[in-house]
Amino acid sequence: MPVSPGAAQGNVRPAASRPGGRRVPGGRLRRRDRRPLAPVLIGCAVLLLVAMTAGIAIGSVGLSPSAVWQVVFDHLSGHPDGATVADEIVWQIRLPRVLLAAVVGAALTTAGTVVQALVRNSLADPFLLGVSSGASVGAAAVLLFGVFASLGVWALSAGSVLGALAAMAAVFLVSRAGRQLAPTQLILCGVVLSAMFESVTSFLIFRGNPQATEAVLFWLLGSFGNANWVQLPIPAVCLVVAMGYLLAQGRALNALAMGAEPAASLGIDVARLRRNLLIVTSLMVGVAVAVSGVIGFVGLVVPHIVRLMVGSEHRRVLPVGVLFGASFMVVGDLLARTIVSPQEMPIGVITAFIGAPTLIVLIRRRPYQYGATQ
Amino acid sequence: MSLEVRGLSVDIGARRIVTDVDITVPDGRFTGLLGPNGSGKSTILKAIYRARRPAAGQVLLDGADLLAMPPRDAARRVAVVAQETTVEFDFTVFEMVMIGRTPHKRAFERDNEADWDAVDQALRRVGGEQFAARSFNTLSGGEKQRVLIARALAQGADHLVLDEPTNHLDIRYQVEVLELVASLDVTVLAALHDLSLAALFCDTVCLLHDGRVVADGTPRAVITAENVRQAYGADVLIVEHPETGSPHLVPRRAGPGASRSAGRLAQPGQASAPSTPS
Repeated sequence: MPVSPGAAQGNVRPAASRPGGRRVPGGRLRRRDRRPLAPVLIGCAVLLLVAMTAGIAIGSVGLSPSAVWQVVFDHLSGHPDGATVADEIVWQIRLPRVLLAAVVGAALTTAGTVVQALVRNSLADPFLLGVSSGASVGAAAVLLFGVFASLGVWALSAGSVLGALAAMAAVFLVSRAGRQLAPTQLILCGVVLSAMFESVTSFLIFRGNPQATEAVLFWLLGSFGNANWVQLPIPAVCLVVAMGYLLAQGRALNALAMGAEPAASLGIDVARLRRNLLIVTSLMVGVAVAVSGVIGFVGLVVPHIVRLMVGSEHRRVLPVGVLFGASFMVVGDLLARTIVSPQEMPIGVITAFIGAPTLIVLIRRRPYQYGATQ
Repeated sequence: MSLEVRGLSVDIGARRIVTDVDITVPDGRFTGLLGPNGSGKSTILKAIYRARRPAAGQVLLDGADLLAMPPRDAARRVAVVAQETTVEFDFTVFEMVMIGRTPHKRAFERDNEADWDAVDQALRRVGGEQFAARSFNTLSGGEKQRVLIARALAQGADHLVLDEPTNHLDIRYQVEVLELVASLDVTVLAALHDLSLAALFCDTVCLLHDGRVVADGTPRAVITAENVRQAYGADVLIVEHPETGSPHLVPRRAGPGASRSAGRLAQPGQASAPSTPS
């Protein structure tokens, strides 16, 4: 029976000569990957190390990369030289900032990847589901009206995390109301509730005092200007736990990207998976927003850049996304604090400014099915 | 031993879409699920593969309650080629077929030799090995359908459920896809739109109307002018396929052309009941 017209015409199987496709003995074709994953992972890890070194070395006081690593090694080996200026700059100011940027970049990229698969829409971003606008309400309340003043330095984080969680719960409950957690409903509820939260933020700004308003606007655009060691553990732990769960669900995420019904036929409990994904991403985003404000575009654009590098298979996208998203954010933060030095720009300005052209260049260079084709 | 649907009823919202349906899908045979749009074909299939919860009834696989099985176990026995073929993301064909291995793998378990072999074999069986490295979204409709069938085969299930697998395909690919499905060594339950094609490929068929079974049995027994009129409200002639003798639908005109063509073709009354070939 002629089921294989292409093969019958004597096609030379162009696939076999492509990277990742090799002929193995016994005539079996093995095309596991469009590209081997290891080189990409190593490349991204090197990129991250270089970006972090640059992020620590460059600034109003310039340091050599070797001086940077010297300080880091001294601390890691337990003999910090706390007296030098270099030590102070590297360990107290720039290292925590760079690490925080890396963690937030990784978290937003991961959340973006997952939300896009969850709602099966490549235009989705992690802020789509209302988490960031909820966090904004909390942050605005803290900055403008001194809510949680008794918590001191933790007030802003507490306010925004509570806002984020409240928003998540609201979107979750409203979109679920009596039915399954369907993508369209989820997007719609996210967008509508986001608009509502944003109007609350606007109202708070309108009623607040003008000096504090500037702080709110700066926070809304995102910044790592207040980074310190204390802020680091919670987002880092959230990222590690979330990644652990998501990597375990790699195959399930691929199946879910096929649609709810194909996923169900592949033995996935779709309702439970969707609920868990929503909780995991909301937590990651909520915590990230609490320490850095609302940094747009990373969660939308970096997953696409990563998919262009390694394809859409989530077991590849997630680990590469962590490294690349982290690098992206570290470089973005470096630019944000050096371009108009001594002033600091909000990082949200930078991420959109370099993210958009990067994606356009990549899309034009390779055929990329970034959206529905029918 | 077979796949059996017993007393199945499915509600969507407050409406009963499927009412007390019994279907038996004999092992190793190709069973067609026929009926007009909205007659409940897809809904029955969705109930079988867990995309919809039935209001009543059972789906039995070799006598065991399929819907009570752990989802992964069920997915290893029954694979599905669903109607929806749009994929939002850029997966390669190989990756698409590998997704079929999902019910066989635990968390963190990597692809191994057995998975690669399964994917390889599945692609070969559908004649798709030459586009393994291509992006799924760049394939034609017929090629996509083959890849989705390969995914179902890689799933390792001995039962295949297809929801209108020939939708949107032109005649060459319609025949090719059904030929492929019929040639596979699995039990098939497929919702089909084209009655003539169904008659050509199916061993047994089941005709639905308004969520109820109107007739079931061999294509010859089920696809009659009377049954088609009852289920579809369409007036057709049934002729014999010149090569296979299977019933074939010929649409009729109700307008001015009706009398012109009637004389040339056959007497409507006689043609509606196909005679047994000698």
